[in-house]
Amino acid sequence: MSTAHTSNTYSAVGGIQHEEALLFEHAHEASEAISLPGVQGDISAELSAFSRQEPANIPGLSEPETVRHFVRMSQWNHGIETGFYPLGSCTMKYNPRVNEQVVRLSGLANIHPDQPMDSVQGVLALLYELQEWLCEIAGFSDVTLQPAAGAHGELTGLMMIRACLDARGQQHRKKVLVPDSAHGTNPASAALCGMYCVELKSGADGRIDLDELKKHLDDDVAALMMTNPNTVGAFESDVKEICQLVHDAGGLVYGDGANLNALVGMARPGDMGIDCLHINVHKTFSTPHGGGGPGAGPVVVNDTLAPYLPVPRIVKEGETYRIETQDEKSCGTVLGSIGQVGVLLRAHAYIAAFGKNHLHKIAQDAVLNANYVLHRLQDAYHVPFKGLCKHECLLTDEFQNKHGIKTLDVAKQLIDLGFHPMTIYFPLIVHGAMLIEPTETESKATLDSFCDAMLEIAEQCEAGDTQVLHDAPMKPIRRRLDETQAARKPVLVWSD
Amino acid sequence: MSIPADLKYTKEHEWVRIEGDVATFGVSDHAQEALGDIVFVELPEIGRTVDAAEAYAVVESVKAVSDVYAPVAGEIIEVNEALESEPEKVNTEPYGAGWIAKVKMSGNADELMSDDEYATFLEE
Repeated sequence: MSTAHTSNTYSAVGGIQHEEALLFEHAHEASEAISLPGVQGDISAELSAFSRQEPANIPGLSEPETVRHFVRMSQWNHGIETGFYPLGSCTMKYNPRVNEQVVRLSGLANIHPDQPMDSVQGVLALLYELQEWLCEIAGFSDVTLQPAAGAHGELTGLMMIRACLDARGQQHRKKVLVPDSAHGTNPASAALCGMYCVELKSGADGRIDLDELKKHLDDDVAALMMTNPNTVGAFESDVKEICQLVHDAGGLVYGDGANLNALVGMARPGDMGIDCLHINVHKTFSTPHGGGGPGAGPVVVNDTLAPYLPVPRIVKEGETYRIETQDEKSCGTVLGSIGQVGVLLRAHAYIAAFGKNHLHKIAQDAVLNANYVLHRLQDAYHVPFKGLCKHECLLTDEFQNKHGIKTLDVAKQLIDLGFHPMTIYFPLIVHGAMLIEPTETESKATLDSFCDAMLEIAEQCEAGDTQVLHDAPMKPIRRRLDETQAARKPVLVWSD
Repeated sequence: MSIPADLKYTKEHEWVRIEGDVATFGVSDHAQEALGDIVFVELPEIGRTVDAAEAYAVVESVKAVSDVYAPVAGEIIEVNEALESEPEKVNTEPYGAGWIAKVKMSGNADELMSDDEYATFLEE
């Protein structure tokens, strides 16, 4: 195994890498990259109170200095376009270039939210079509495109659930049940929505335990938030019964759609009894993400929650599209416009490129790839939950612990071998978790190369060659960072 | 793994030292080891009453943020303010300077484990 792969298999090598100062540290007054167009006449009277009292602190840099700064900074970065990025529960799939080509068309790129509706019928038609597609793919009857990211979608979904319960005269229902394997955003969203959380302990197979669920179902329950497949990579096979139990208790079921990539085209959360679901188009539908955005988290709803959708939303009357801004029952407005249009249009392009008859291949290949990785690594790393996984596989550092090696060491060594580490220490219910999501866009060669690296690390452990693992990473411009010190004494503001 | 004999323990890996009607709370050596380097401790308000098994504090490590549950019911009468600037004491002295809060007990401690029972529980 490991004997076959030497430096020609792994891609990370040294080379010219530059230390790079902050823009303000580079700055010198002599040159500026831009010359602002001259202002005709004195406009300070027009600006009145908005007139700047002191010069803006714009670093004086020439154009090549500016370009080099940002290119050098970008070279410190690792993205899906640099290499394999198996971050579990994040669906770091390749973002096809055709999406970028589409979204840069002048009729889509050079428009303004406030221009007359009859001049933007094209973009409204595309967004309306996307609404219909998302509903069909996920099995729901209506949708809002407004939320700007997944967690924003969670909040929006819970706001609709709140509005629905209030309309039923059930203002007292504030308890949100959240499995202990859930994404951390779930309890945060519930708290932000004025509800409180009760944690559901997972069963021995990593799934929701029906008896545990029943214990907590009472007249206070507003909602269950569930992720399917969940974060241990397992399908919640009791999903229909779970939804029925929550509904019988008078609550609603929120679906965290972060793992939709495992189901797309194969199974529909709406058919499973879930009441609403956010869709991370920046995951499942390949719009760029990472680094904080922009994302988009449309929320699809069933008939129960449809009356409470946010406004504004796009409506179609005959062959004309317009934006509806008023609705008495609506839970409100969650974004200043109809949504992150550029991101949503990329998702439209992606879905259109696959088409109805091929969309299921995304889920099939994503699940196949994750199981391939699981199969190759299952003897070298401890697998906490046996059996086939969905789109991501979960391993732990239990075998490596006896050699003093932890998940963090494995992750750091992967960097030296040319791979972005997997998600580590999540889900929290598994000690030393390593959550690997390869996605469908990786070739067998890439998967093999990653698995070879993981097996080599396991062999290094077994051979007692552990110092190199404790020291890793050696190759990047920054070595192992002191994460503890960074968290205990963070320096968040630059000053000279 | 240190498990002092004069303390009681919970399945959530908290310890409690009972002296008269005052109970001192902290997290066990096993808990601090599993959490990793603690970087922040959110302490409860003095005067707050907590039920047994109710979350009364939050510890944040480089890996995760975790609730800390009260081993017994009572009213918070003192908190370890030193942890605000030195949260690492939870790692270095979990049973000493890393204590989190003291309560005036209102409930009993019947449900808690002895050191031997906790050691057995950890092995399982």
